[in-house]
Amino acid sequence: MITVNHLTKAFGDHVVLEDINEHIAPGEKVVIIGPSGSGKSTFLRCLNLLEQPTSGQILFDGTDITDPKTDINELRQRMGMVFQHFNLFANLTVEKNLTLAPVKLKLMSKAEAHAEALRLLERVGLPDKADAYPSQLSGGQKQRIAIARSLMMKPKMMLFDEPTSALDPEMVGEVLEIMKELARDGMTMAVVTHEMGFAREVATRVLFMDGGNIVEQGTPEEIFGNPQEERTKSFLSKVL
Amino acid sequence: MAELKQKFIMDFIEKERWKFITSGLKVTFQVTILALIIGIVIGMFLAIIRCAHDQQDPRARRGIKGFLLNFANLIAQIYITVIRGTPVLVQLLIMYFIILVKSDSKLVVAVITFGVNCGAYVAEIFRGGIMSIDGGQMEAGRSVGLSYVQTMTNIVLPQAFKSVLPALINEFIALLKETSICGYIGLNELTRGGDIIRGTTFDALLPLFAVALIYLAIVLLITQLAGILERRLRASDHR
Repeated sequence: MITVNHLTKAFGDHVVLEDINEHIAPGEKVVIIGPSGSGKSTFLRCLNLLEQPTSGQILFDGTDITDPKTDINELRQRMGMVFQHFNLFANLTVEKNLTLAPVKLKLMSKAEAHAEALRLLERVGLPDKADAYPSQLSGGQKQRIAIARSLMMKPKMMLFDEPTSALDPEMVGEVLEIMKELARDGMTMAVVTHEMGFAREVATRVLFMDGGNIVEQGTPEEIFGNPQEERTKSFLSKVL
Repeated sequence: MAELKQKFIMDFIEKERWKFITSGLKVTFQVTILALIIGIVIGMFLAIIRCAHDQQDPRARRGIKGFLLNFANLIAQIYITVIRGTPVLVQLLIMYFIILVKSDSKLVVAVITFGVNCGAYVAEIFRGGIMSIDGGQMEAGRSVGLSYVQTMTNIVLPQAFKSVLPALINEFIALLKETSICGYIGLNELTRGGDIIRGTTFDALLPLFAVALIYLAIVLLITQLAGILERRLRASDHR
């Protein structure tokens, strides 16, 4: 589904990603872990070009998305993104948050978008919040709405950038639950997270990043049960 | 007291001199409102160019689009610098005697001058407003496939507008009062209307105070309306 070749990202002289090569196949649930500053969020944000790679190539469904001729807006419709700070549109109601993009981009009529929004709000357990504004919601509710907003575009793949890091502890569960459901439904996912329990349960593959490199990867059993690299061991000993 | 009454009659009633005030007021309104509309359009346009340029990754500024954006940004910066760096009276005279010398309408000259002038200030007001909106809003809009302009117009600008409203009202009030210099090109707006009466009756007190009072009343009215508008906008905040 997505192939990354020799991806490098530098902010000025500071190299954040160093020659990353990776492939994510359809249906995979890849969880990316690592210490802060390891480049994991930057890596994820490069995948839908929220960060412009310094060099390298990213192929999504066979299209080189780093090619300036690629229609990046069209590409992002097929790749959902969930942010640490939710980023719901503050000036719009929940329903408008969901329907804005599909209606503006003429993918759905207003009526279709309305019906789909209600269906997705039902799915994330917030059918009564359609007319609420983001400022009236709790963090967990906001993140569930943000997931629903991404799903409106019927993406082929979902990127999660620390989706539970800004949440109060008691709200983490409700968000993870929805992500697990998505995983069960077969969504291709790339998730940056500190939730090791989620990684163990859901991931088909775990990437451990440090210093701008993918240091080690494998199944959750391999990474958590029998890490090979020293840096992986030291990181896991601190977070587990 | 009787003397004041006599002066009042002489200044405003005789030969229907009050008409200088009312027709002047009409011109003042015309210039202010039209210039404000032009200013907001120009200002919004310039602000979007400046922000699009500043928020763009330098590496993304390649190709013909990147070149056009750089060029537009340069023009916008020069425009803002020149307009803010020179007195509006000088701009008015340059417009009247040089650039628009062929125009036979002083009203048009004034509207264009003040519209162009207002645009530079509004551009910076809007730019500040846009920059104050969390970058996550733009990222979220882009991440669902909306274009930069679509995200800007549907998400960022409506939020920015709310936060810049007080500054915008300030600009509106300043603009209203600045139009009093239109007399320099012989446009009979409110101030000049009062001054014409002063020149005819040789009484300065009543005509000039009348003019001052009218400006004050309009400003108070604008402030009131702005307060109502702000409360309306905040109501949709539900905070």
